[in-house]
Amino acid sequence: MPRPGFVLNVDRSTPPTLFWHGEGFRLEKLPADRSRVIYAPEPLDAVDDIDGAIQDALLNPIEMDPLPTLLFPGMKLTIAFDDVSLPLPKMQRPDLRQRIIEQVLTMAADAGVDDVHIIAALALHRRMHEFELRHALGDRVYDAFEPRGTLYQHDAEDPDNLTLLGSTPEGEEVEINKRAAESDLLVYVNINLVAMDGGWKSTATGLASYRSLRHNHNPTTMEASHSFMDQHKSELHKSNWRMGEIMREHGPTVFQIETTLNTDTFPKPFGYLSKREWEWNAKDRALYLGAAKSLAKTPPRLARKIFQGIEAPHQMTSVQAGEVEAVHKITTENVYDQQLVEVEGQTDILTMGIPYICAYNVHSIMNPILVMCTGLGYFFNMYRGKPLVREGGVVILTHPTPNEFHPVHHPSYIDFFEEVLADTTDPHVMSQKWEKQYAEDDWYRHLYRTTHAYHGVHPFYMWYWGSHGMKHVGKVIIVGGDAPTVRKLGFTPASTMNDAFEIASDVVGRQPTITHLKTPPLMIADVK
Amino acid sequence: MIEQSTVISESLAGKRIAVTGATGFVGTALVERLLRSVPDCELVLLVRDGKRTPASRRTKREILKNDAFDRLREQHGPDFDDAMAARITTVAGDVTRDGLGLNEADAATFASCQVIIHSAAAVSFDSPLDSAVEINLLGPSRIANLCNELGIRPHLVAVSTCYVAGNRRGNAPEALVSDGPFDIGLDWRHEVDASRRLRSDSDAASREPSQLQHFRSNARTELGAAGAPALAARTEQLRQRWVKDQLVDAGRARAASVGWPDAYAFTKALGEQALTDVKGDLPVSIVRPSIIESALAEPKPGWIRGFRMAEPVILSYARGLLREFPGVPEGTIDVIPVDIVVAAIITVAALGPEDAPAITQVASGGINPLKYRALVDNVSGWFTEHPIYDSKGQPIVVPEWRFPGRGRVQKQLTRAKSVLSKSERVLQNLPLRGRQAEWSAQLETKRSDVDRALTYVELYGLYTECEAIYQVDNLMATWDGLDEADQAAFNFDPRSVDWTTYITQIHLPSIVEHARVKTSPGASPAVNRMSRMRKQVLDPRRQVVAFDLENTLIASNVVESYSWLATRRLDTPERIRYVLRTLIEGPGLLKLDRADRTDFLRHFYRRYEGAPVEQIERDAHELLSQLIITKSFPEGIRRVRQHRALGHRTVLITGALSFAVEGLRPLFDEIIASEMSVRPDGTYSGEMATVPPTGEARAQLLADYCDAEGFVLEEAVAYADSTSDLPLFEAVGFPVAVNPETRLAAIARKRGWLVEHWSKANGGPRPRLPIGPLLSERQRRERFVGSGSNQ
Repeated sequence: MPRPGFVLNVDRSTPPTLFWHGEGFRLEKLPADRSRVIYAPEPLDAVDDIDGAIQDALLNPIEMDPLPTLLFPGMKLTIAFDDVSLPLPKMQRPDLRQRIIEQVLTMAADAGVDDVHIIAALALHRRMHEFELRHALGDRVYDAFEPRGTLYQHDAEDPDNLTLLGSTPEGEEVEINKRAAESDLLVYVNINLVAMDGGWKSTATGLASYRSLRHNHNPTTMEASHSFMDQHKSELHKSNWRMGEIMREHGPTVFQIETTLNTDTFPKPFGYLSKREWEWNAKDRALYLGAAKSLAKTPPRLARKIFQGIEAPHQMTSVQAGEVEAVHKITTENVYDQQLVEVEGQTDILTMGIPYICAYNVHSIMNPILVMCTGLGYFFNMYRGKPLVREGGVVILTHPTPNEFHPVHHPSYIDFFEEVLADTTDPHVMSQKWEKQYAEDDWYRHLYRTTHAYHGVHPFYMWYWGSHGMKHVGKVIIVGGDAPTVRKLGFTPASTMNDAFEIASDVVGRQPTITHLKTPPLMIADVK
Repeated sequence: MIEQSTVISESLAGKRIAVTGATGFVGTALVERLLRSVPDCELVLLVRDGKRTPASRRTKREILKNDAFDRLREQHGPDFDDAMAARITTVAGDVTRDGLGLNEADAATFASCQVIIHSAAAVSFDSPLDSAVEINLLGPSRIANLCNELGIRPHLVAVSTCYVAGNRRGNAPEALVSDGPFDIGLDWRHEVDASRRLRSDSDAASREPSQLQHFRSNARTELGAAGAPALAARTEQLRQRWVKDQLVDAGRARAASVGWPDAYAFTKALGEQALTDVKGDLPVSIVRPSIIESALAEPKPGWIRGFRMAEPVILSYARGLLREFPGVPEGTIDVIPVDIVVAAIITVAALGPEDAPAITQVASGGINPLKYRALVDNVSGWFTEHPIYDSKGQPIVVPEWRFPGRGRVQKQLTRAKSVLSKSERVLQNLPLRGRQAEWSAQLETKRSDVDRALTYVELYGLYTECEAIYQVDNLMATWDGLDEADQAAFNFDPRSVDWTTYITQIHLPSIVEHARVKTSPGASPAVNRMSRMRKQVLDPRRQVVAFDLENTLIASNVVESYSWLATRRLDTPERIRYVLRTLIEGPGLLKLDRADRTDFLRHFYRRYEGAPVEQIERDAHELLSQLIITKSFPEGIRRVRQHRALGHRTVLITGALSFAVEGLRPLFDEIIASEMSVRPDGTYSGEMATVPPTGEARAQLLADYCDAEGFVLEEAVAYADSTSDLPLFEAVGFPVAVNPETRLAAIARKRGWLVEHWSKANGGPRPRLPIGPLLSERQRRERFVGSGSNQ
């Protein structure tokens, strides 16, 4: 029986805590008697017969007819799937998407459906590389569909292949992929890693155009989402639900397939990363020491390659299919089952180690903007109820934060960093002053559509993710970060954790309470 | 302030005074002083027409705009221009031509003058012999001849130099050298003929085929594959410079052989002799200043125009470049402030031929000597207190002067020079770029510093070692004859100079200010200059911006894109063979590329022969993200976009093939690339459809483009990385050298061009070999393999 999440009160006998630090780690001794460390629940047991469970879900969907009865010859069937941003890290083969899509395709073939398109629902993310598509879908699906042009990636900037379904009462336009909109059935294959994903967000965001996305990807919506992981208190989700209404009325029939994963995040040699420090055995210690020592001598480029190569052993804990909202309700419950940790009260200082990966740098570089987004956009929002840190408190992140960018994946990020952040770090100001010119830029559009670049506006969205966090806290410190880069983000660099506590004392006094969110593995703090 | 009227100003009042050499140091001070202190005189300035500016414009620009005129400008306020125009007449003339090259009207104006002050001279100590002869030797007698031809008898005041006395120890009196005991009986006419002959001999020698070959190969070493026109221009420049150098050497050698320190003093001495021979009954007075330096008081303390002898030496010392300068510590450096010289000249002119001495020396050595040691102590003390800062904002410590002999210093410098030139040559031959290439440019600057120091030592060393004492009896007699008012208004008493005050409070502050050296820590002027130039380049007024591609916007080249495309559909063993083959061919290709870019491209593009157009176009699509963007310089790409945002027309000019740069089309308004012809069977022919846009063709293409679109080249900007783009750089108004290769770095530094250092994105992928990713078997079926492999 896996143990639930756990809040450790640090005393003098507590061993140092492991902090993520990009492609590396730090061991930090937190002050005794006023610090606590939140550990994620242990991984739930996976479903034994995954393929069987998938088949069962497809044949016994929720509030919908079984999938085979929805399929008929001559129909237009579109299968959309989550892109490379899920799951994190990538899962060991075979990927769940491959397992599900193969079964859907078998059923479609049995029903005599021959007009099938498979679309990567990547919204404004970068187009996936061939090896990534092969990883997600398997070679069989790839080789059968790609050469015929029926496996492709959604293009949010292709005016000829978008359909405007309508507008919500709030005036939000719902514009999605034309093929998906015109299909007799849209099957969406989802992997739900956090409570934010899935539901209408899959289709209304993943297959949407820039015109549609801008309505909920803006500082005002983001600031009013407390948090993204708590759908009922999230403006982002309310907007997606309103759009879902339009989808339901004017869009295609959606057959939503959602899966949840356990938090078995790291393979064997990295097992200690998921363990509680005082439970490390001699082997864990040796492995950690070995890794820490050799990483210190590894060139960053190679270290990045090693880490990006990690394939997680996480496995499916549930699969449900059918009507979007009904399915998503169960999915969210399942995510909470795995990830919720009860925490008593807020803290003055919240510390978080930023790892080497987030949703937007798979096979790429965790650039400074993504560091901020992972810290203040994602981890900060991993709460239900109240934020872990009190209003006006301090957030301390650990990450080397080098001034490094992937030129192919993040071209507009480079310019955003040099041009926009040099001007302002205020999300509202930049959205007024700069967003439009980046969003409508021909060159970025060209790169997004023809190469593997994130959309020109994407760095803004990343910055907006952090707007609730930035507004809530009084100061952000990055330990071990490249000083000029950290300053450019508007944060304070510190070389050690003790320095960071000294700097924080200006804001929270000399005896602050400290909470460390030890993630990944992912968890949601249920703050009472 | 109204100047007090004095005997001197009254005696010159109402007179017309002609002045030659008014654009020079003494001339400018003279003109200003006459205008300010002799209220009623009129001036006729004999000024040479410039290459592009006529004489009258030069008067305005080069004389009246000078800060010497600040006082007058203040006095006259808005009427300054009119007031000056009323008193100044400019005539276009040239003392190197018989009759001074005056037209009839100007000759009449000239003839109406009662006084002529001749201060035009080739003062540079390293003038070519023939031009020193034409100006210094023949100049004064040409004026005398003209006066005699015109039948006029004005008072000619000729400015000469104390150093006509030649290399001698002891007293040098105010008398003609030819009248003294040291005359060796030179005939100036022979010297004139000899110098003219030397000019034509040297010119002929420079046109020997072997010489021309030599110039050409030097030009090629310097410029690389810059194209025929640029190479030709440079070769001709080198030839002319060689001729000049021959004549400079000849001048120095001839002067030394007959006892003068340099061609300047030598030709000046013969000039006095020639004037005496040809003047007839023209009344002539000669004024001989020694080394003229900044003003003591008039028009303002420290005023100086141009850097002459001591300044560059002093500044080199302050910069720490010149660690030693030869000289005898107890020797006398005969320096005299310019306003004292000017006052003496005016006084001589005012006294008239009857009362003025035939020869007046204006010098300090005989009456108020400045010792070399005192000079050095004052200079090093002052720079210790007011150091100059280097480009990193660190103060430069001045070296201690040890008064070594000239031979030793020369030997040290010569050795340093040869080491530096050798390392420079080595660096130039390495394939360096960007910051590394700047090493070579820095080395070159160092070498030219040493070079300059060596020149100073060779040229001026004799002066610091000169032990002649110039007598000023005539000068002092004239001084004593003046009343108090004149003495107050026209001070030319050398005793009035307190050397310590003059050096530390007047001269040094002034030259440091003029030299625009860094006198405080902080951002280096080079950085400021670069950001200022960047602003100019990014000004909305610019119209067209041309970009080169390879090494300017991306760190890649045509070989890489070919390799990528050619290996796209190969399996692993084939890839290995391909890489090995290319490595073997590499050096040959590199050599060809260095020699001539167009030939290289033609040769290399043959490899595309037989490539299926459709397949290449499909693969070229991926080339954008896999090669071009991966290897791009994000700052460069951003710069292109900044230009576009400013409304500039952006043009990519590249020797790359059009299909390889197709992915960049949305970045530019226009792409000019190499085009390859296609055969009827849908394969590439391997032959160029047009001349590849490289070298001088780029300049022409851009010029044509500007013509067609109604833009002007002067408002165009060009970004490129190599000397082969020199013609393009020279054609546009705003050249920008990006990550320049060694030779271009040196050129950009010399010409003050904006230099940008752009690099690939930090942390981005660094593919070791430019080869396409492996494809599945099925996709490799239809493939194009580079020519010469699987036949």
